[in-house]
Amino acid sequence: MSDAILVDCCNVNTRFGAHHVLKDVSLTIRPGETVGLVGESGSGKTTLGRAILGIGPVSAGEILYEGTNIAGVAPRDRRGNAAAIQAVFQDPYSSLNPSMTVEDILIEPIVARGLASASEASAKVNTLLDQVALPADAAQRYPREFSGGQRQRVAIARALALSPRLIVCDEPVSALDLSTQARVLDLFIDIQQATGVAYLFVSHDLTVVRHISHRVAVMRNGEIVEFDECDQVTANPSHDYTKRLLLAAPVADPARQAERRAAFRALAGEH
Amino acid sequence: MTDHETSLSNVRPVQRDNLALAVLSNPLGLVASVLLAVVFLTAIFAPLIAPHSPTTLQIFKINAAPGDGYLLGGDGSGRDVLSRLIYGSRSTLAGAAIAVVVAGLLGIAAGLVAGYYGGRRDIVLSWVSDGLMALPALIVLLAFYQTLGSSIYLSMVVFGIMLSPSFFRLTRNLVNGVKNELYIDAARVSGLSDLRIIIRHVLLVIRAPIVIQTSIVAGIAIVIQAGLEFLGLGDPGTPTWGGMLQNAFSNMYVAPLAILWPGFAISITVASFVLLANAIRDRLQQGDRVKPGQIPPPEVAAVPVRAEALPEDVLLDVRDLKVAYPAKAGWKDVVSGVSLTLRRGEVLGLVGESGSGKTQTAFAILGLLSEGGRIIAGSILFDGKDIAGLPEAEKHKLRGKRIAYVPQEPMSNLDPAFRIGYQLVEPMVTVLGISKAEARRRALDLLARVGLPDPERTFRSYPHQISGGMAQRVLIAGAISCNPDLLIADEPTTALDVTVQAEVLDLLRDLQSEFEMSVILVTHNFGVVADMCDRVAVMKDGAIVETRDVTDLFASPEHSYTRMLLGSVLDDSKTRTYVQPSVAEVPA
Amino acid sequence: MFLYLAKRIGSGIILLALVTTITFAMLFGATENVAQNILGENATAQDIAALETRLGLDRPLLVQYGDWMARAVAGDLGQSWLMGERVSRILSTRLPVTLSMVSLAIVIIAVVSALLGILAAVRGGWADRFIQLISVVGFAMPNFWLGLILVVIFALNLKWLPATGYVSFLASPTGWIASLALPVAAIVLSGIASASQQVRGAMIDALRQDYVRTLRARGVSQTSVLFRHALRNAMPAALTVLSVQFIALLGGAAIIERVFAIPGLGSLTVQASLSGDIPVVMGIVVTAIVVVVIVNITIDIINAWVNPKVRLS
Repeated sequence: MSDAILVDCCNVNTRFGAHHVLKDVSLTIRPGETVGLVGESGSGKTTLGRAILGIGPVSAGEILYEGTNIAGVAPRDRRGNAAAIQAVFQDPYSSLNPSMTVEDILIEPIVARGLASASEASAKVNTLLDQVALPADAAQRYPREFSGGQRQRVAIARALALSPRLIVCDEPVSALDLSTQARVLDLFIDIQQATGVAYLFVSHDLTVVRHISHRVAVMRNGEIVEFDECDQVTANPSHDYTKRLLLAAPVADPARQAERRAAFRALAGEH
Repeated sequence: MTDHETSLSNVRPVQRDNLALAVLSNPLGLVASVLLAVVFLTAIFAPLIAPHSPTTLQIFKINAAPGDGYLLGGDGSGRDVLSRLIYGSRSTLAGAAIAVVVAGLLGIAAGLVAGYYGGRRDIVLSWVSDGLMALPALIVLLAFYQTLGSSIYLSMVVFGIMLSPSFFRLTRNLVNGVKNELYIDAARVSGLSDLRIIIRHVLLVIRAPIVIQTSIVAGIAIVIQAGLEFLGLGDPGTPTWGGMLQNAFSNMYVAPLAILWPGFAISITVASFVLLANAIRDRLQQGDRVKPGQIPPPEVAAVPVRAEALPEDVLLDVRDLKVAYPAKAGWKDVVSGVSLTLRRGEVLGLVGESGSGKTQTAFAILGLLSEGGRIIAGSILFDGKDIAGLPEAEKHKLRGKRIAYVPQEPMSNLDPAFRIGYQLVEPMVTVLGISKAEARRRALDLLARVGLPDPERTFRSYPHQISGGMAQRVLIAGAISCNPDLLIADEPTTALDVTVQAEVLDLLRDLQSEFEMSVILVTHNFGVVADMCDRVAVMKDGAIVETRDVTDLFASPEHSYTRMLLGSVLDDSKTRTYVQPSVAEVPA
Repeated sequence: MFLYLAKRIGSGIILLALVTTITFAMLFGATENVAQNILGENATAQDIAALETRLGLDRPLLVQYGDWMARAVAGDLGQSWLMGERVSRILSTRLPVTLSMVSLAIVIIAVVSALLGILAAVRGGWADRFIQLISVVGFAMPNFWLGLILVVIFALNLKWLPATGYVSFLASPTGWIASLALPVAAIVLSGIASASQQVRGAMIDALRQDYVRTLRARGVSQTSVLFRHALRNAMPAALTVLSVQFIALLGGAAIIERVFAIPGLGSLTVQASLSGDIPVVMGIVVTAIVVVVIVNITIDIINAWVNPKVRLS
């Protein structure tokens, strides 16, 4: 049982014209697990997330979901549990259609999959809002009436509508303020404990990834340079690039930050 | 810690008013709607309204002056001008409707396809659209005259085709804007088909601009139709406004007044369409923004210019600074009573969450508030002189030379139309009064100093040719180019990758000590604060809640808000242990 | 850049071929009794047949088209059926008249719109309100109606300017100005209405960009920010409007030349198409498209000079 695997990416390659964006990327996600995917801009981490979601291209390789290859299959052509893979995106302002009410947004996935009629689906709205700790009267409101953190809760509720076993989270807290970010991360953890959903958690911020992940993959130039237990990667990295990433992020402690800065400079000096 | 996130107490209710009602409540929108309604009703009930038959000839009324049965006089053939005007509204509206429907259907459908799918379809459709736009419409319509014959409606169908690019371009651009919105991705992930995405998400968002465009195209069609009729195309038996103008033109020397009526009819109808479009546009653009001058100027308490002596080592002393922007309910404070002191050679962190007023405080010190913003109280003592109320010309002398600025987004802060070199040289020539050659030499030195590997090449480059990290170094080079006393850096590393951030912070620290600058560092990141600052001011809701030495702040934060913020920092959180969920926990 | 130009010229040629083909098909497809039209009601069947043979109308349509195309490519647009002159000769006397009127109008539109648009963007106030007013009035008033009103006021009543006619610049510069004053005044209003709005919008847009704040923070003068940086970034949008205006004016010349009895391309178009002088109509279509393509390419070149992204890609 312990080696059950939900998602298995085998040598995934993506090319955009001459750009080789993903180079033989392999990664596994176990049921109920959070895999953090860190990297800098242009590393290919978002491209991998989109490939798993079925909204980004795959040039070669397989993405096995419970043993079925879903690489290159558009979401609406996916069947079974694979159809329930959901997403939470970075920008809570652009990820909710401004002209739809929260209720319309939440029932859209259910209706789109033909799982229920709009009126039947509406009954589920309260449960979903409750799961993300928003009051029931949020349903009839429009996205613009909410703060950034609240919008992200709506986006999470939408992702939960199909009771998915995997949610791809693409920088879901990067646009949020510090205090909001911590609360939304805790919500993600609570939901995972309650439902057993797995996350692929894409972020540029190693601190955030460390907080939520069980295992962490580090991407650079379309390749995974390190993929291991969270503790291992975030405390005792083996790859130089991971070390650089780790030391580059300043910590909120002047004395320790001075040491890290010196270490970062020393590491940079080696290259 | 109250969780304002999960209650809706902070939710601002949005008026969910109807667009049509909103347009009618706008005076010009109301006038336009009423006029258009009158034109439409006239067209429908023409036979009931017209006092005479539009085709009845009365010899003794040829070119008659207004009055005596013919309210607006007679035309060149002795027909009643008023009755012909009334009947003319019919063909005018019918022709406009034909052109709008043809243009709209073709243009919108093609625009949706080109915008949503892109690729080859986009290239082909855009080429056709560009081609149609390059054709002088009237020449084509005239060239086709022999084929289209005297039916003005056929001509309007062709004209509709030629107008379709206006809808095409609008729709395509709108779809291109919408299609990259994340909610389209979310809909796709939810399993919606392309068609349903277009109907539910795309059309819903772009319908208002299309309504506006329809109104404008209707106006264009009416004018062109009148022009064709004026040239004698069209059925001479049908009364039309353009045909009436032609008749009046032929009799201009006898009855010049007659050219007025059909022209008025055309202009008023077209103007109504345009005003209606404007009213809708105003309504859509309005939002919460308030135009300057729409509300009375703020009551600025007559603050005496502060001229107290400060300790020699204080470079900047801000007292009770208030900054306000116009809003619907009057002036709204974004900075409400900020006081801070900056010593020479010191780095002060200004830290807070979004909307705390930290950036507006920085802009106020620079004298570069966004449009509408005003300092409504307080003083800013810079090097012993109050600069808060200084006229723009005086503030201008300080900027660049004594107070410099490093922005957040490197790419958008370089002018895309000019080479990097020019953007460095121009301010130096202006501010320092040195020659171009001298400025060029210094610019190259600076580019090397901020760590750019090939200064010559960067100097020659355009902004879009360099990376974000390089662009930020260029902006830093520009900021220090005139050796300022005070550097205001607004989230200077937020847009950068974390390894680049570390390098840029290093650079800023080195330059700060080398140039002995005082720095105000605006940031939301406590790591950056710990890395760079000597002292920290924490802002919340436009006010400073505490100002401390950096070590003290992290060791023993005093204010509950600071403690809450520091508590949210995830630096030392424990990592999680993976437990395989039992089967029961897996949702069905 | 060279490749870009070659592409633009190539697509201009394709456009020309397409439009002439469609026009040819429409004209010949619909005119069965060309000869009858030319000769009038009383022509005998024999006369008609003879004329049809002389004009080559008895040949299949495709042959006629191929023939026309082959000659056109060689620069020969044929002979007018009604005016007894070569089409190229007729065009060479008519085109300069229209071009001089349209160019004068475009220059005025460009200068006035730039001034008004910048003023409105920077100062707001009266310039802003004026632009809003003029945009409605200029759009709603058909320019030929405005022309008629100007004629009644300035030519018939005040007698300051001639009501009709055209004097070439070479014959008399002052006469040229006097003859074009009213028609140009009539057509610039709508152009200014739309172009000044565009300039205003583009300037406001440019002035809101982040780099404007940064330039100000660096001590760059207000004049330079406005006229060097913002204006340059606003330029592409403004130039595009001018190109659209040019095309509209070229077509609109048909009506305005009628009002002012100006012997240009526009009045020729009306005359030729109403009388069914197909070689002339075809010649006009070719000329108009060539002129538009040249103008558009010129504007592309200016745009590329202003906008480095276009130039370098």
